[in-house]
Amino acid sequence: MGERRMSLEASVASLLHDAIRSGTPVLLGTLGEIYAERSGVLNLGVEGMMIMGAVTGFGVTLATGNVWLGILAGAIVGGLSALIHAFLSVTLRANQVVSGLALTMFGLGMSGLIGGVFVGLPLLTPLRPISIPILSDIPVLGPILFEHDLLVYLSIALVPLLWFTLFKTKVGINIRSVGESPATADALGVNVFRVRYLCVFLGGLLAGLGGAYLSVAYRPAWTEGMTAGKGWIVIALTIFAMWSPGRALVGSYLFGGVEALQFRLQPPPPHGLGISPNLLAMLPYALAMIVLLAGTRETIRKRMGAPSALGTPYVRGEK
Amino acid sequence: MRPTLKMEKRLVTPRRVMLAVSILSIALALLAIAFVFIEYGVDPLYAYTEIFVGSFGSVYGLSETIVKAIPLILCGVGLTVAFKALVWNIGAEGQLLMGAIAATGIALYVFPDAPPIVVIPSMFATGFLSGALWGVIPAILKAKLRAYEVITTLMMNYIASNLVDYLVYGPWKGLKEWGFPYTDKFSPSASLPVLPPLIPGMSHRIHYPTLILALTLAVVIYVLVMKTKLGYEIRVTGENPDAAKYAGMSYFKTVLLAMLISGGAAGLAGVGEVAGVHYRLRYARGISPGYGFIAIIVAWLGRLNPLAIIPSSLLFGGLLVGGDAIQVSLGLPVAAIGIFNGVILFFVVGAELLTRYKITLEWGRGG
Repeated sequence: MGERRMSLEASVASLLHDAIRSGTPVLLGTLGEIYAERSGVLNLGVEGMMIMGAVTGFGVTLATGNVWLGILAGAIVGGLSALIHAFLSVTLRANQVVSGLALTMFGLGMSGLIGGVFVGLPLLTPLRPISIPILSDIPVLGPILFEHDLLVYLSIALVPLLWFTLFKTKVGINIRSVGESPATADALGVNVFRVRYLCVFLGGLLAGLGGAYLSVAYRPAWTEGMTAGKGWIVIALTIFAMWSPGRALVGSYLFGGVEALQFRLQPPPPHGLGISPNLLAMLPYALAMIVLLAGTRETIRKRMGAPSALGTPYVRGEK
Repeated sequence: MRPTLKMEKRLVTPRRVMLAVSILSIALALLAIAFVFIEYGVDPLYAYTEIFVGSFGSVYGLSETIVKAIPLILCGVGLTVAFKALVWNIGAEGQLLMGAIAATGIALYVFPDAPPIVVIPSMFATGFLSGALWGVIPAILKAKLRAYEVITTLMMNYIASNLVDYLVYGPWKGLKEWGFPYTDKFSPSASLPVLPPLIPGMSHRIHYPTLILALTLAVVIYVLVMKTKLGYEIRVTGENPDAAKYAGMSYFKTVLLAMLISGGAAGLAGVGEVAGVHYRLRYARGISPGYGFIAIIVAWLGRLNPLAIIPSSLLFGGLLVGGDAIQVSLGLPVAAIGIFNGVILFFVVGAELLTRYKITLEWGRGG
């Protein structure tokens, strides 16, 4: 009796532990997209930036043996990819939906070309989890929260940091004013173009970081198209988060939980339910739709819409 | 005296400007991709020649280009309707797959023994309805609950493709297919006819009923969008939703109909693929190499003109066929051809500034 309870406890703990792991790449991506959208730029290229980060992170780690160099390179390449979108949508005033889609297609193709030689190679120096002394000994909570790799802790630390910057600092006020009313911000001396470029770049850095996490920590390997729609789930989570970092954390771990659950339901009884992997694979996408609906409802109820200038290029002197 | 660039907003864009900008953006995209090829150690001129020869350089290549253009025309024409109403249907891929599932259900389980005159129209009808259903769900969620359709249509792509895989690995797995994720083959009466050989002795795969359907649909949609009341309502809703509401047009009805047509057209493409090309349902990537996504570029390159979708589809059909050719001859990874999609779309959407603004160089005092 007692033994069974222990094992149930252990399996719930391991599920929650994995929920945090699977939720981390989408959390990073969502935090970045929140900043881009808060500045008024919709970037649907998250999937493309993420996968560019994944292929770069894997390749650089493989070549140098240094996983942190790989992670850094993945983030930078994600940021650089985002600049293509910034140039098209901010400078050339291109349609942001189409430009973002183009970035996703480009990233998927380019990463496939670059990663062709990485397929099937093992990564000998992946990012490994570390147990935080003392804290990881706490029963139940210890193994859930304090046995992760450093990127997980970094992503959690970013949540209050990015929240504080966005809502409590001058920089954050500028970003939000550029997203709500660029003409007013411009009149007050805020450089609309610079703020938008920087926010889109930050979005790319974080998406690239999330992608690198996938290929050097979560499942240390490179497979073509390995982001598998996570970049799109980020877009849904940004709406669910109502453009606020705190809610992004909740949404990302919820999503991570469903992904972790998916692998537990798959094996035949007694270890799982033996549900077809193809049916289970639908779960995260169905959840993304539900999460989107919930977020939209909440946004309407609280009369807190998307940033007013989201998706519209700014031209001085033109409405 | 120094030169300044003067930008003037265009009220109407002449057709020749649109055409010139489209051609210019493709030329610039090919130039940019040439650098990617050089970086990868491939001679771009050789690669482009291979692509062109593979897709347009022989009668067989041309026939394959047409085979790939058929689903692109159907999906692309449908997308013009949705995009004109400013509904971002990114779900043509899933709508196509739902059409393929429906046609397979009819061919193998509903009418396994019926004559072609019954089976083929039933496949197209249910294929249209299934694609339309997959399009109407996001439309209702958008019009009633304001759910962002980019996400709902995209997520439904993933759901549809997993549904196809579930069926071919599970309940619909063919009894005669040893270990392959295929259904059984369609009977001859559920298989679409192909044109007689263009050159004696040389076979090809042009399933002409779908081709005729695609070309007819392009004309019908052109007339619908440009000349009918519904088309007018779709255009006004897309250009100025407030004005549309003020004029008493129902937003719900317009969005619903636009997505019904858009999804249905993609569904027809799915019927063509299973009944005219593969004669069975296969795993999702085997049915469509991303026709629904490429159709977005096709629609945008055609500047949302249903008739311009036809040449635009032939171009991308050729790129798919030529892409297969260079993958074999240069040993490039499968995804590499996706770079063309991304880069061409970058330039198409970036060059749009030139269609919206008239840019002239003026000599005069700066400032």
